Amino acid sequence: MDITSILYPVLSVGGLGLVFGAGLGYAGKVFAVEEDPRIGQVLECLPGANCGGCGYPGCGGLASAIVAGTAPVNGCPVGGAKSAAAIAEVMGVAAGETEKMVAHVNCNGTCSNAKSKYEYFGMSDCVMASQLAGGGSKSCSYGCLGLGSCVNVCAFDALHIVDGIAVVDEEKCVSCGKCVNICPKHLITLKPESKKTVVNCSSKDMGKTVIANCSVGCIGCKICEKACNFDAIHVENNIATIDYSKCKDCGLCAMKCPKNVIYNPRIEAMKAKKAQEEAAAKASEAQKSEEAPASEENKAE
Amino acid sequence: MSYVLLVLAAIFVNNYVLSQFLGICPFLGVSKKVETAAGMGAAVIFVMTLASAVTYFVYNLILVNLGIEYLYNIAFILVIAALVQLVEMFLKKSSPSLYQALGVYLPLITTNCAVLGVAVTNMQRDYNFLQSVLNGFGGAVGFALAIVLFAGIRERIQYNNMPKAFEGFPTALVAAGLMSIAFLGFQGLI
Repeated sequence: MDITSILYPVLSVGGLGLVFGAGLGYAGKVFAVEEDPRIGQVLECLPGANCGGCGYPGCGGLASAIVAGTAPVNGCPVGGAKSAAAIAEVMGVAAGETEKMVAHVNCNGTCSNAKSKYEYFGMSDCVMASQLAGGGSKSCSYGCLGLGSCVNVCAFDALHIVDGIAVVDEEKCVSCGKCVNICPKHLITLKPESKKTVVNCSSKDMGKTVIANCSVGCIGCKICEKACNFDAIHVENNIATIDYSKCKDCGLCAMKCPKNVIYNPRIEAMKAKKAQEEAAAKASEAQKSEEAPASEENKAE
Repeated sequence: MSYVLLVLAAIFVNNYVLSQFLGICPFLGVSKKVETAAGMGAAVIFVMTLASAVTYFVYNLILVNLGIEYLYNIAFILVIAALVQLVEMFLKKSSPSLYQALGVYLPLITTNCAVLGVAVTNMQRDYNFLQSVLNGFGGAVGFALAIVLFAGIRERIQYNNMPKAFEGFPTALVAAGLMSIAFLGFQGLI
């Protein structure tokens, strides 16, 4: 075999590559575009997940927007305060406090709490199901369908279907907002993580309809509005909404809510304790009343 | 005269997109707006004409002389890729807005089979240098013509009221098919 049959192809194609490479290298210098070096530095501070939660196409888009001054340094909801501080250092401005936000599903219509209109045997996708007549199988037309469109779209494993409704794992949630956008019922909202008081209902139906559909629906009675000392909760369109900029997380509304729609872990614990005490008191009373006839019987003897 | 005919044939009769079905990816991908379509067309004209010229020399001076014609695919792709890189650098410097608008499709010219198709056609038909360049130029003008016309059609049908199943790409494909049939009318012109 002739060695040239290998040598020629290798040399010629390799040589072509070399010539083109050198040409491109030269052209790269001639046509070099001066890019703000801060774009690269900002990009390094960002998480790099390209989730699009900031509203820009990927982390690179946000980085150039931050350097151009059209986006705030805390524009990345995923990186939170940590990346905001790093970016602020690059940009030479103060980061400002960023409150960590988390998603919350404003519905508590679990399998036992809410009724269904019919049994749904279709694609496991809320967006599809919500386009059916009546907007899905839940009898409450505002309720969580529990088919997990938000679970599928979440890149951080922060959403799960528990007992027929979506539940957010607040530790994993990075508030990218993808679930907020995909939910066909618009049930998911972003709230500050520090505030624990939530309204677990989104129904805009009148009270009577709500009671017929769900045992834990907001009936728009406005008791919470009167209970709040900070003007932070209001009933609009038959649904209570909390203004988190005013809410002090006192839990008064959760305490007063007759349908247990408003949830606050502290108040819930208190309620549970109270119920336990009541149950215990009842039990001891029952015991007493049991003992009492017995003693009477003894007397009779 | 034969050179004029060659260019006309490349533009209309043997239109690379509508008669030979090469370069469909950018044809469908960048044809949403006339402006970007025209930019893409211009970029392709530049790359294709240059590619025809360079591949002619690479093929005839290097590959034929060394008797390694079978390497033409690799050599042509190398030429095209380098040219596309050059165009990309040039555009980034001179026209950032066009660079932004073309986005991912500019590097995709590398894999635009119409460009490779022109180079291979030139080789197979044994065109001389001028013929090769004119064929490349004509083919690219044909591509630009097709993509700009198509973008114009798509801009108009975008807001039409049509069945949900036909919105977007389905109508685009139907329109492309109809355009292709229309260009069939040029068959036998030359």
